[in-house]
Amino acid sequence: MVPITTLHYLIVAAGLFVLGVVGVLTRRNVVIVLMSIELILNAVNLNLVAFSRLWGLHGQVFAIFVITDAAAEAAVGLGILIAFFRNKETVNVDEVDLLKW
Amino acid sequence: MNPGGESMQTLPLGVDYIRFLPEIVLSIFGMIVMVLDPLVDEQRSQKHLGMVALLGTLTALAATLLMSQYPGSAFWNMIQVDSFSVFFHFLVIAVAALVILSSYEYMTVQRIRAGEYYGLILFGAVGMALMSSAVELVLIFIALEISSISTYILAGFRRREAISSESSIKYFLLGSFATAFFLYGVALMFGATGSTSIWQISQVLHSRVPLLAYVATAFMFVGLGFKVASAPFHVWTPDVYEGAPAPIVGLMSTGPKAAVFAVLLRIFFQANAPGRFWLIWVSAALSMTLGNVAALVQTNIKRLLAYSSIAHAGYLLIAFAVPQTAIADTGISSAMFYTVAYAAMNVGAFAVVSHLAGAGEHRVELEDYAGLGRRSPLLAATLTIFLLSLIGIPMTGGFFAKFYVFSAALKANLVVLTIIGVINSAIGAYYYLRVIVLMYMREPREETALPRVPIGVGITLAITAITTICLGLFPGRVVNYSLRSAHELVHPEMSATDIRRPSVIR
Repeated sequence: MVPITTLHYLIVAAGLFVLGVVGVLTRRNVVIVLMSIELILNAVNLNLVAFSRLWGLHGQVFAIFVITDAAAEAAVGLGILIAFFRNKETVNVDEVDLLKW
Repeated sequence: MNPGGESMQTLPLGVDYIRFLPEIVLSIFGMIVMVLDPLVDEQRSQKHLGMVALLGTLTALAATLLMSQYPGSAFWNMIQVDSFSVFFHFLVIAVAALVILSSYEYMTVQRIRAGEYYGLILFGAVGMALMSSAVELVLIFIALEISSISTYILAGFRRREAISSESSIKYFLLGSFATAFFLYGVALMFGATGSTSIWQISQVLHSRVPLLAYVATAFMFVGLGFKVASAPFHVWTPDVYEGAPAPIVGLMSTGPKAAVFAVLLRIFFQANAPGRFWLIWVSAALSMTLGNVAALVQTNIKRLLAYSSIAHAGYLLIAFAVPQTAIADTGISSAMFYTVAYAAMNVGAFAVVSHLAGAGEHRVELEDYAGLGRRSPLLAATLTIFLLSLIGIPMTGGFFAKFYVFSAALKANLVVLTIIGVINSAIGAYYYLRVIVLMYMREPREETALPRVPIGVGITLAITAITTICLGLFPGRVVNYSLRSAHELVHPEMSATDIRRPSVIR
């Protein structure tokens, strides 16, 4: 059996990152866009923890900070989304269209 | 120094707190504002809480003075107090104070409850101030998020207006997307160098530059480039600036931007992040060109200033393209000077815009500025000063800032980039002059009397206008100070008295 190395984790993380980016760019529902951003943050966490195998605990501590920040960001984001929903009755990105040049 | 002895120290020293004092003061005042908010009645909340917030920023300025007496690093090399961080502390806290001053009447006119508004400005200022002194990528990230999350909320503060909440949601979605990119870059930089401390990263990158470090730099630049609204990451800017409350646009086009430029300076010049040149070159050229060309066709003053801010981010980025040699000092100090000059003129310009906007921000079209020279000569004259400075007419801060950046670029042999910059300045002159012409040569669209200029806006305008002119006439002191900061930034070991060498955790 092939031993699992740091590289394997990095590849998984890169995959998650790409999934997140594609999700942000193609999905139309704001909530799902938010989830895709969380996916990218989780890719970051996976990277940090994987690199911790090489460089020590720093990365794992950093990952905890990232998780905390993701929670704060989600709270604020959903609040903003509710304010938006009250005005426009939609959570569809395509209908966020009042401002354009 | 003995790394083992270093890790024995488990509690922060008293002096660490002094080096962190402005942030502590701002946080405490922010919390006081939030606690007082439900206790004062709605009619007067505005004035009282505004006073508390203003007092907070003034105290923080005093705390910065105290902090500047104690250069060095604190909290196990998480933050570094040097003239560089003191410089940006003064800048962002002063910007916050001016924005609070110019918001007084605005909040009453727009019928917004004030409490959290001032609280969030103070918390945002904590993040911006912290960004300039953080020398650890973890802390830089936290500071970036403190300032960004506050501005996301502030952008949507006219929450009953559809465009304000739309601007907020656009800013939030794209902003957190960009933050995620920045974080990914930080994670890769950690993997490439084994550290998140700027100082250690620079040591590692000095001896060897892994390929991963280039990728990491690119990712970090995407995230930070978004925050400073440089092309090709600028698309959000006009929409967000148009929808957000006008005084807040004055804040977010100067404060967080200056702070992120400070972070970029640290990452590029102190941590030696590789592969800077082409990233900056392309982004600067694109920002200047796209910003100026798109600004030509705008009819809304807030959108016009938004595109102008993209263009100015481009001029500023030119200074980042200088190589890491003896010229680096001049490049860094010209970038620092530019952030100050830009902050003065832009906060002033947006103070005028927010005063004239009126209830519901209905008067923000360029047409509404027609005949302003006759209706309110003084206001028109001040706006003219800011616009002339944005063009870069001699005797104003904007002129000297551009001149300084271009001359640094020429010294570094960046001829093509400088030529692009000069051509763009000429294009830019057109749309700023168009506003001036409208103000003085056209008949006003409506003959209604303008509201009197309230005292808060008056003081803001006086301070920013005087600063703009002083920076143009007597740039010497700011230039000297920024040169010294730049020198300390590039050679930290020579200036800081008691840098405690970080212990290596392996």
